Amino acid sequence: MTDIAIIGGGPAGLSAAIYAASLGAKVTLVDDGLELGGQLIKQTHKFFGSEKQFAGIRGIEIAKKMIQDIKEYDNLEVIANATVTGYYEDEVITIVQGVNGDILKKLKAKRIIVATGASENILPFVNNDLPGVYAAGAVQTLMNLYGVVPGNNILMVGAGNIGLIVSYQLLQAGIKVEAIVEALPRIGGYLVHASKIRRLGVPIYTSHTLKEAYGTDCVEKAVISEINQNFEFIPGTEKELEVDTICLAVGLSPLSDLLWQAGCQMKYVPELCGHVALRDDNMKTTKDKIYIAGDVAGIEEASSAMLEGQIAGLNAAISLGYKCDNYQEQDRKLKEELKELRDNPLSEEIRRGVEKALIKEGWD
Amino acid sequence: MLERTGIPTDDDLEKIIPGKKRLARGPVVIIECFQKIPCDPCAISCKFGAIKPFKDINDLPQVDFTKCTGCGICISSCPGLAIFVIDMNYSEGKALIKLPYEMLPLPEKGEVVYALDRAGGKLGKAKVAKVLKIKNKTNIISLEVPKSMAMKVRSIKVEDKNNER
Ligand code: SF4
Ligand code: SF4
Repeated sequence: MTDIAIIGGGPAGLSAAIYAASLGAKVTLVDDGLELGGQLIKQTHKFFGSEKQFAGIRGIEIAKKMIQDIKEYDNLEVIANATVTGYYEDEVITIVQGVNGDILKKLKAKRIIVATGASENILPFVNNDLPGVYAAGAVQTLMNLYGVVPGNNILMVGAGNIGLIVSYQLLQAGIKVEAIVEALPRIGGYLVHASKIRRLGVPIYTSHTLKEAYGTDCVEKAVISEINQNFEFIPGTEKELEVDTICLAVGLSPLSDLLWQAGCQMKYVPELCGHVALRDDNMKTTKDKIYIAGDVAGIEEASSAMLEGQIAGLNAAISLGYKCDNYQEQDRKLKEELKELRDNPLSEEIRRGVEKALIKEGWD
Repeated sequence: MLERTGIPTDDDLEKIIPGKKRLARGPVVIIECFQKIPCDPCAISCKFGAIKPFKDINDLPQVDFTKCTGCGICISSCPGLAIFVIDMNYSEGKALIKLPYEMLPLPEKGEVVYALDRAGGKLGKAKVAKVLKIKNKTNIISLEVPKSMAMKVRSIKVEDKNNER
């Protein structure tokens, strides 16, 4: 029996765990990675966000710091390399552990914070099953965790922040990025990222997408094409690129299976990139004892995931009767900071999405 | 257009480049950050108050060029690698550009490298005057370029002798 079970040890889960543990709650953090940190440990670039929330610090350093913090709490247990496979009534979760998945545990918790993150989207195109076609997260794992380069000449599909950042990391690894294509008419990621890649000689083609990959045993060539407003190929605009690797950074979807299973009320919110659980501003779902934080609550940046984690961790602990010196003040500050992070034109969709997923006062 | 290509236009640049008089007075910061994003390390890093404190984390950096000493501290604070320092007073014919660089191999002092423009095009060869290694690994390269190129050069390419790709 634990007070709070936290599922997922990425930026949201780690933040929730540290906050709840600091208030005295007994916390159990379950993570399926070999190491804690989720996607953070692959992020070799410096983060944006406010100075208070680690801006200017590289993701991997943030992960190191949080993992260090975790060790300070005797009331915080980590179950690593373990997957939560199911939710049962009365806040019981099942955990499968071990290389062969042969250890099965049950854990009962008074509160659950689901911080499972997201899964990567895939793109339909001719020959998308050829070896050499990777999702961006896999490329990051290979390069930044295991020091293996995925190929020599890469086409990046997607100019959101992930596509831009992974392109930059590929360049740093000495790999040639032939081009970045983006189906939308404008670059979706931060323009400062785009500019820093562009000045290293990588062309960014907006209103373009990947049409086809060629190759016998693996990718040998890619054909890109311009597309119109309706995302239809414009004939005659095709370009052939000599690449051995295609990296897809075409978005993420919230990994919300456990929340469906738990019976939380779910809603499709396109602005948050998929089905998400309805939640109140404390990050509590329609199930009284289940909270969410991070990408599973809607695809966003790590900086907002960390704040959501802190909000969920704080409020879950308070709901169990743990005391926080100036709860009102702390709670207000975190929510204010989160609001500020989203108060820019780029986050307009997120704001709209969060509004749609919010449980309004008087709901029950 | 910046948001289609990643390359700021002359119109974008006009808004952020200090006046001729200030440029003639010596080293000064150029911040090529044109989009409101939640980010503020530059403002916090400047100890001279030259980058105005942000009211809102999404503010664009605003520089008081009279306060900027051209020290370059802010360069490596920026996660967007958007900050440069330009000294038009460096020598008779040359300007000095300090730029952030996170690639390997690092050039050596005195080495001649390619000077690249904002699209990565080679503008010519230029001498590295100094390499400043920074703890956060955003190192700072000082590059001597013809004065006419000071507003064009924004990156470098080091010839990798062992491994020509
Ligand atoms: S160069 Fe120095 S004085 Fe000028 S803005 Fe940057 S940190 Fe401030
Ligand atoms: S630190 Fe860089 S990216 Fe962030 S606001 Fe300042 S100039 Fe822009």
